[in-house]
Amino acid sequence: MIDFENVTKVYDTGNRALDGVSLHIEDGEFVFLVGPSGSGKSTIIKLLTAELEPTSGSITVNGYQLDKIKKRQIPYMRRTVGVIFQDFRLIENKTVFDNVAFAMRIVGASNKEIKRRVPYVLDLVGLENRGRRFPNELSGGEQQRVTIARALVNNPAMIIADEPTGNLDPVRSYEIMMLLERINALGTTVMVVTHERELVNRFTKRVIAIDEGRIINDGMDGYYINEEN
Amino acid sequence: MKRTRKLGYLFKEGIHNMFSHGFMSFAAICVTVACLVIIGSFSMILYNIAVMVRDLEQQNRILVYIDESYNTAEAKSVGSQLNLVENVSQAVFTSRDEAMENFLAQQGGGEEFAGINAETFRDRFVVTLEDNARMAETVEAIRNVKGVADVAARSEIAEGFTTLQRVLNIVSIAIIAVLLVVSLFIISNTVKLAMYDRRDEIGIMKMVGATDRFIRFPYVVEGFLIGLISGAVAFFLEWGIYDLIANRLTAVDSLSLLDIVPFTKVLWIMVATFGAAGLFVGVFGSVMSIRKFLDV
Repeated sequence: MIDFENVTKVYDTGNRALDGVSLHIEDGEFVFLVGPSGSGKSTIIKLLTAELEPTSGSITVNGYQLDKIKKRQIPYMRRTVGVIFQDFRLIENKTVFDNVAFAMRIVGASNKEIKRRVPYVLDLVGLENRGRRFPNELSGGEQQRVTIARALVNNPAMIIADEPTGNLDPVRSYEIMMLLERINALGTTVMVVTHERELVNRFTKRVIAIDEGRIINDGMDGYYINEEN
Repeated sequence: MKRTRKLGYLFKEGIHNMFSHGFMSFAAICVTVACLVIIGSFSMILYNIAVMVRDLEQQNRILVYIDESYNTAEAKSVGSQLNLVENVSQAVFTSRDEAMENFLAQQGGGEEFAGINAETFRDRFVVTLEDNARMAETVEAIRNVKGVADVAARSEIAEGFTTLQRVLNIVSIAIIAVLLVVSLFIISNTVKLAMYDRRDEIGIMKMVGATDRFIRFPYVVEGFLIGLISGAVAFFLEWGIYDLIANRLTAVDSLSLLDIVPFTKVLWIMVATFGAAGLFVGVFGSVMSIRKFLDV
């Protein structure tokens, strides 16, 4: 569950990235967060992962109140949120299996659990035969699937995908979105941050549009409304 | 159980990291070894100089001449009074006859001294002090001992040695401190380069929920191993270089002017020092350098 209450973020440079944003996302929802570059999308993600602190307002993510969270609690909060990045962020000198297993090592999982869970998750994202490969031996779409597997492996309550299809062609983009939809169907809350209007419009999901640090539309009609519409 | 499992994994990661980032590990080891060898060599040079100065200082003794009216037994008894004087470490008696024999031996037994007899000499004590810096006051105290006729002391030489020793101590501490700071700076920068190389990896670890301790531990293990290897390599290198130079110097020192301390005499001190310095630099360098990369 995500709860933003009147959140404002002003950077040290004086740039007001968010201006009194309030939004609520329930468990199990699938939400698109859309908006042009510089609209405040990245700031929202950084606030959700506790990379940034809000200037004012309160943020609650999976029971953690981020505007009051202690530094030592942040890793435990992050384990409840799987993050998927546009640039994949895989560890190059680890195999696909180890990249995914690594997230389980952090929570102290046993080798037995890892050997059982990692193949299951790789199978879920369609990479059952790629465990021994290194990231640079995979296509962009496959690398993004590894990132999704890593985000999923600890069974987080929520997945946040930051421009997950930004580096992929339309076919691979659609496949990744379908995969995220499947994950959502299994009960995980999914928030996809994107500026790809075509892709958003192909799915009938809640769309939160943001511009210049303010929410300009929050609708269930599944359409990404921008200035052209 | 979870904790033990994590520790085992982190140890393995530390060892794995060292090999998987082989070039940076190699660079860190080379820099650490170079710094340790420079500091070690300098310390050994200073130690040898200090030993030589101490030996020379010990040769700078006080001669206490006993009243000529005292017979040998009476003269000898003055020794107990001398030993009571503050700052006197030792008072060794030399009779007139022994003094004459020593003199003749020093002069090579030449014929020009054929007519000399023991009465020409005085009974005397060779006195060594605990602290040569207090020679002047001790000489005054000795002069006041009953039976002492005269005291021959070259206090200016003693003071010179004392000053030299103090200067050497200050200079050596300053130079070693500067070298240590320079070494830490170079090593810390090398480790920082290694960390910079892995900043993305650290960022990923943070984003998937790794605690700072979890991230830091393999780097500390890695720093520990690099420090240990560096200390061991530097130690054996130092030993080899020292013995080589000592042998060369001994070979050319035909007058035996140099009394070089054998490396084996300070072997265990060097093992402990190189081990501790290597570990300190390795672990401290890693911990300090990783701090700024953990702030994600």
